[in-house]
Amino acid sequence: MALTDKDIKKLSHLAKINIDSKDEKIVLSKLEGIIKLIDTMQQVDTNNIEPMSHALDITQPLREDVVTEENQKNDFLKLGPESNEDYFIVPRVVE
Amino acid sequence: MKNLSLRELNSGLSNKKFSSEELTKFFLNEIKTSNPKINAFITVDEEKSLQQAKDADKRISQNDMNELTGIPIAQKDIFCAKGWKTTCASKMLDNFYAPYDSKVIELFNQHGAINLGKTNMDEFAMGSSNETSYYGEVRNPWNLDYVPGGSSGGSAAAVASGMAPAATATDTGGSIRQPASLCGLTGLKPTYGLVSRFGMIAFASSLDQAGPIAKSAEDCALMLKVMAAHDERDSTSIKHNVPDYLKNLESPINGKTIGLPKEFFNDDLNQDIKVILEQVIDSYQKMGVNFKEISLPNSHLSIPVYYVIAPAEASSNLSRYDGVKFGYRAEEFKDLEEMYLKTREQGFGDEVKRRILVGTYVLSAGYYDAYYLKAQKIRRLIANDFKNAFNECDLILAPSCPSTAFKIGDKTEDPVAMYMQDMYTISTNLAGLPAISSPAGFLNKMPVGFQLIGNYFDEATILNFTHQYQQITDWHQKTPEADV
Repeated sequence: MALTDKDIKKLSHLAKINIDSKDEKIVLSKLEGIIKLIDTMQQVDTNNIEPMSHALDITQPLREDVVTEENQKNDFLKLGPESNEDYFIVPRVVE
Repeated sequence: MKNLSLRELNSGLSNKKFSSEELTKFFLNEIKTSNPKINAFITVDEEKSLQQAKDADKRISQNDMNELTGIPIAQKDIFCAKGWKTTCASKMLDNFYAPYDSKVIELFNQHGAINLGKTNMDEFAMGSSNETSYYGEVRNPWNLDYVPGGSSGGSAAAVASGMAPAATATDTGGSIRQPASLCGLTGLKPTYGLVSRFGMIAFASSLDQAGPIAKSAEDCALMLKVMAAHDERDSTSIKHNVPDYLKNLESPINGKTIGLPKEFFNDDLNQDIKVILEQVIDSYQKMGVNFKEISLPNSHLSIPVYYVIAPAEASSNLSRYDGVKFGYRAEEFKDLEEMYLKTREQGFGDEVKRRILVGTYVLSAGYYDAYYLKAQKIRRLIANDFKNAFNECDLILAPSCPSTAFKIGDKTEDPVAMYMQDMYTISTNLAGLPAISSPAGFLNKMPVGFQLIGNYFDEATILNFTHQYQQITDWHQKTPEADV
């Protein structure tokens, strides 16, 4: 499947990674190389094959709903680029 | 102290030949001398390491010691270590100081091992040459113009150059075994789920697994004994009785069978590497091991399948780097959307961005079935190939890499050529199987390794076979400069 400039713009939007317009061509050509590589899968017949999502086919373990971690709110808030005593701060989204 | 095994270091400490403080100072000094040339460490913190050494000496003087107490270990900078800068070799985490210990770090701390520093790696473990690091490429101690492999290239280069006795590493598609092979070391990727991923920065969660890079199978056995432990905080950690890997090293191997996958020993295999692998086979035959041709008919699909599954999982895992909760945030933006876009444009390197875009593509509406689901189905075929193979043999022997180390810069412009580095290692990650790379010789003065792949949780047999090979060969004892 050939990629277009439009696809690159859409991927940039979905992945939330800005791609400078001068880099679009090179990004596109390298992605095309990779997609060509992964497209070789299409020749394989996978009818009736169960998808494998875990190497050991093990399902998610469940545990009792009890608190196991101490509250580290302050430590974690301090890691944010901008925070106050209760929240991480981002540019205003509601006018 | 430079070339002593972990066992020898342990006995040196317990016999009071040297203290942990002396030992740690020795390696810190080695780092001071060699790291400017090799760039294997991102962070060294003498004060923290020496404090741990003093604590270890106290434990040793009270006879409260085990195999690793007082021994300095280099930690891949993918493991969160409380109070240590933990970067995953990304600008995104250049200002990140981990608020907690990963399980792996916690285990080494409990054993009284010394954190010698955080090793360089490919950014977010994405790469096979250590050239994608924000902190610059790592150089191969065997020849400084060559790559050490990746992504655990810093860990491998640190051990190969004698800056650390052993190191931790992680392997998503070959990132322990390939650098071990390219640097003349022994590196073990355990069964998926044997070592906890808690606090280990996620790349592709269904494939990531931590393990050791060290100078011998015996050292790897000792390291794995410490690292393998069930952990409720990692939902994929398996409850498994950890056998005595060290004791098992001496088990007899005669009469056992090693499988040779015909798909790996075809005309595509580098002929010089083939000759070296034939010598390995010969060594095992002399020890009474039988060989049998086996088939892994879907192994050629491993790279395409991996480059769907790993980027898909990475695109999801790396969505957390948004400039809000921790890590880098762009300086200029007009609104929230632009803050995300610019933070991620500036904070990630090219290869990481490429993989996030590929992952986003294969998961996007209309492509999920054709790529992600398809890859998961072929993943099962690849795993089934191994299941069938292990009905016929105890272990599988394979090349570790298609070539010896390549020159820095040789493959940076061609991502697909770089991905081919992992053609012999990736299938075991997809199947979740354990595998080791051990030194087997040299080509043009650069190390060559071979791989032994085992059945699920059969690390003991892998280590046993590798140790027996290392008893009758000395490739693993060669060191850069001195021997080549």
